[in-house]
Amino acid sequence: MNDTIKIENGVFTVPVPDGQLSEKWTNYKSHQKLVNPANKRRLDVIVVGTGLAGASAAASLGELGFNVLNFCIQDSPRRAHSIAAQGGINAAKNYQNDGDSVYRLFYDTIKGGDYRAREANVYRLAEVANDIIDQCVAQGVPFAREYGGLLDNRSFGGAQVSRTFYAKGQTGQQLLLGAYSALSRQVHKGSVKLYHRYEMLDVVLVKDKNGIERARGIIARNLVTGKLERFFAHAVVIATGGYGNVFFLSTNAMASNGSAAVQCYRKGAFFANPCFAQIHPTCIPVHGDYQSKLTLMSESLRNDGRIWVPKKKEDAEALRAGKLKPTQIKDEDRDFYLERRYPAFGNLVPRDVASRAAKERCDAGFGVNNTGLAVFLDFKYAIERLGRDAVEARYGNLFQMYEKIVDENPYETPMMIFPAIHYTMGGIWVDYELQTSIKGLFAIGEANFSDHGANRLGASALMQGLADGYFVLPYTIQNYLADQIQEPRLSTELPEFVKAEQDIKDKITRLLNIKGKRSVDSLHKELGQVMWDNVGMARTEASLKEALVRIKEIKKEFWNNVYIPGDSASMNVELEKALRLADFLDVGYLMALDGLNRNESCGGHFREEYQTEEGEALRHDDKYSYAACWQYRGEDQDPELFKEDLTYEFTVRAQRNYKS
Amino acid sequence: MEKSINIKVKVWRQAGPKVKGMFETYELNNISTDASFLEMIDILNEQLVKEHKEPVAFDHDCREGICGMCSLYINGHPHGPDQEVTTCQLHMRKFHDGQVITIEPWRSRAFPIIKDLMVDRNAYDKIIQAGGYVSVNTGGIPDANAIPIPKPKADEAMDAASCIGCGACAAACKNGSAMLFVAAKVSQLALLPQGQVERAARAKAMVAKMDELGFGNCTNTGACAAECPKSVSLIHIARLNREYLGAKFKD
Ligand SMILES: Cc1cc2nc3c(=O)[nH]c(=O)nc-3n(C[C@H](O)[C@H](O)[C@H](O)COP(=O)(O)OP(=O)(O)OC[C@H]3O[C@@H](n4cnc5c(N)ncnc54)[C@H](O)[C@@H]3O)c2cc1C
Ligand code: SF4
Ligand code: FES
Repeated sequence: MNDTIKIENGVFTVPVPDGQLSEKWTNYKSHQKLVNPANKRRLDVIVVGTGLAGASAAASLGELGFNVLNFCIQDSPRRAHSIAAQGGINAAKNYQNDGDSVYRLFYDTIKGGDYRAREANVYRLAEVANDIIDQCVAQGVPFAREYGGLLDNRSFGGAQVSRTFYAKGQTGQQLLLGAYSALSRQVHKGSVKLYHRYEMLDVVLVKDKNGIERARGIIARNLVTGKLERFFAHAVVIATGGYGNVFFLSTNAMASNGSAAVQCYRKGAFFANPCFAQIHPTCIPVHGDYQSKLTLMSESLRNDGRIWVPKKKEDAEALRAGKLKPTQIKDEDRDFYLERRYPAFGNLVPRDVASRAAKERCDAGFGVNNTGLAVFLDFKYAIERLGRDAVEARYGNLFQMYEKIVDENPYETPMMIFPAIHYTMGGIWVDYELQTSIKGLFAIGEANFSDHGANRLGASALMQGLADGYFVLPYTIQNYLADQIQEPRLSTELPEFVKAEQDIKDKITRLLNIKGKRSVDSLHKELGQVMWDNVGMARTEASLKEALVRIKEIKKEFWNNVYIPGDSASMNVELEKALRLADFLDVGYLMALDGLNRNESCGGHFREEYQTEEGEALRHDDKYSYAACWQYRGEDQDPELFKEDLTYEFTVRAQRNYKS
Repeated sequence: MEKSINIKVKVWRQAGPKVKGMFETYELNNISTDASFLEMIDILNEQLVKEHKEPVAFDHDCREGICGMCSLYINGHPHGPDQEVTTCQLHMRKFHDGQVITIEPWRSRAFPIIKDLMVDRNAYDKIIQAGGYVSVNTGGIPDANAIPIPKPKADEAMDAASCIGCGACAAACKNGSAMLFVAAKVSQLALLPQGQVERAARAKAMVAKMDELGFGNCTNTGACAAECPKSVSLIHIARLNREYLGAKFKD
């Protein structure tokens, strides 16, 4: 166990560096241990994942001189899910002179996360964010610029300043290609070795001479040949992204998964705040049962688009029946419900607030689309105000994407949107150094339980992934590795490696031998439906209890009745999906369990029993001001709960208020 | 408006890189025209799994036109008949009832087939590794606004940088040339002040790598730009040619 964790009566606090918030990170860096250049070459680091977090970490560690092994599922590191991020990345540059500062970015992030994140980590994030923008510009990332040649900004939900940097609607793509280029340079130099079309299937722990278990490698499957391979390293970094695909339908890429996190969890690492998942308010609504994923329409659209539903139920009904067109509804018959309910933030309220407000209107019978599960996002007003060209320059590619999918032109008729699962704040627990509760095992990016508390603000995931990968981990991991320089490279013939591989072999054989009647996808869809209905935007004690029962049933069905064609000795996509689903079943269960434990509403976790009279989330700081850390105890038992106490030394906690 | 169509798909099946492949034809009924092309293949695969047959292997991930993972030659066109979309953004409303749709993998010497419709595009990564970057380490960088960049230049660099590395350009080219892909990266960095220092070396290294990996020569047929899902323009190839000649001239 990570020795920074001292648990008493199930509760612990995490040591953070001394000093004022603004001094902590500087203090840490001045006193931490470093590894000298000659020793770096002797140390191997495995980085699993090539998204913003993984690619930036692998590149930076390679530049420092470590010997890096970098893994990804896709055929190229450039295809990691980060590529799909549209809207932008935050930093407190205050280029717009609108009153931004590191403290304000920190405060907005803490408040946006509904006071469920660790202050010192969040401050550090806000502090290094400015360096990210400098770094990316130096790499040649073509951020949007003003006519004077300086960088442009836009505003995003949950903030009153314009601090978001963007590259058209393709910010994630450009940032990832920047990190990928830095990574490619290291591959060329030989400091990073890439393993693409590889999937990590377990982390390997080996006891050191003092009996302390340390992460010393992974087992990965070569997805082309089907072969299982063993890899040693002095430290392992998990940068495998979020687990939103537990819902089957999400905005995540098809291969996004929660497996690496579950593997770490099963080896003893804490899984923290699994129930904190984010529902994004602006996605293209579901259209059919064959649907494979949901497409996000960037939140930046809420800058200029106005969200509404009809004021009159009969109009909503006529719209659903196709008897009325949205453009035929007069302005005075439109209910701009976000502007009505939240005058100070209007259409730019945080995501959880916007999502629930949409659900509330649809539940009340004002929803549109033939399903009644959609609201309008209208650009008519922006086009009147700014002209079509300006709107096209800002959102052209998003409009094109919408039109290709829905077959309607958003310049002429309002878009239809509905909330969908998008991001997971929960994940592998980490301390200030981004080290998990297992020594030598680190987690960065969306895979960790992150700096976003119970809710992430827009444009802050890209910021966090790159902060972790470029500027935090390359420092903190050295504080660990400095003590490992005497450790020789271990043989992968050690019994720990052999056993880990054998366990996976057995699991795969068992799966292939079931030869039941159900396809992997059909079971995954069933799980997704349970998650959406019971562990989605609004949860209750009853719905969560039901979810626990249903997920157990689906798990049983999976292990008894799944059918996987083919064998394990070659490429087998159905087998890959089955292995991921096996882990999603565990993630889903943990989410429901955690949601049931947390008898409050906060951020992305909304329990219907806990709301104000106006329907806003009601936190219970007296009882739940902690990060819920779940530890695995075997197949037949529920995991054990440990609580990381969150103390707020520098911020006063208030009920979030976006009204005035 | 949504409707359903019945179609036949003629799909290239090949168990592995070294074995012989062939077309198999499958019938699919009641496919919604609102379904995406890849959702249609999902339905086919679900059907195959039910019949205890091997599903069709194909590459895909984001399913929203940005990761560059999906491919497919559909009725003779990379990424299918629609303009400015990737295969994952193509919808069944572009096809009609009773149509026979032929689906093949990218066919290009530098992209060997792995299985069925899946090919190995690692060659594109290798070209980038040869020099498709600005050589800066993490940290110690001047303020992002220290160097103003004229908006038109930044915008043009962004257009070039939109390339998703899908490989349709090389697959569409009768010579199997990767020029459009290489040009997009060289052009992006040549347009920006950050890219100036290594400008000549970059063009030479990337072109040399492209030749080494077995991509063909560019004879300006323009097939690449016509099929590119991101509308990367031939202007960038012209710029690459200037960059390359300029670099050679300096030698
Ligand atoms: C549509 C969309 C739009 C978004 N827009 C924004 C935005 O505008 N601003 C913002 O801040 N955030 C945005 N986000 C969120 C943000 O994109 C993600 O949180 C972030 O990119 C995650 O980065 P990551 O590096 O942690 O993981 P990812 O990019 O998900 O990368 C995961 C990597 O891990 C690899 N991997 C996973 N499992 C394994 C395994 N078992 N073995 C080997 N490799 C594995 C994958 O191959 C991949 O390389 C958006 C998200 C979505 C879905
Ligand atoms: S230039 Fe176009 S066709 Fe070629 S790889 Fe890039 S996006 Fe694909
Ligand atoms: S699947 Fe990502 S571009 Fe098509």
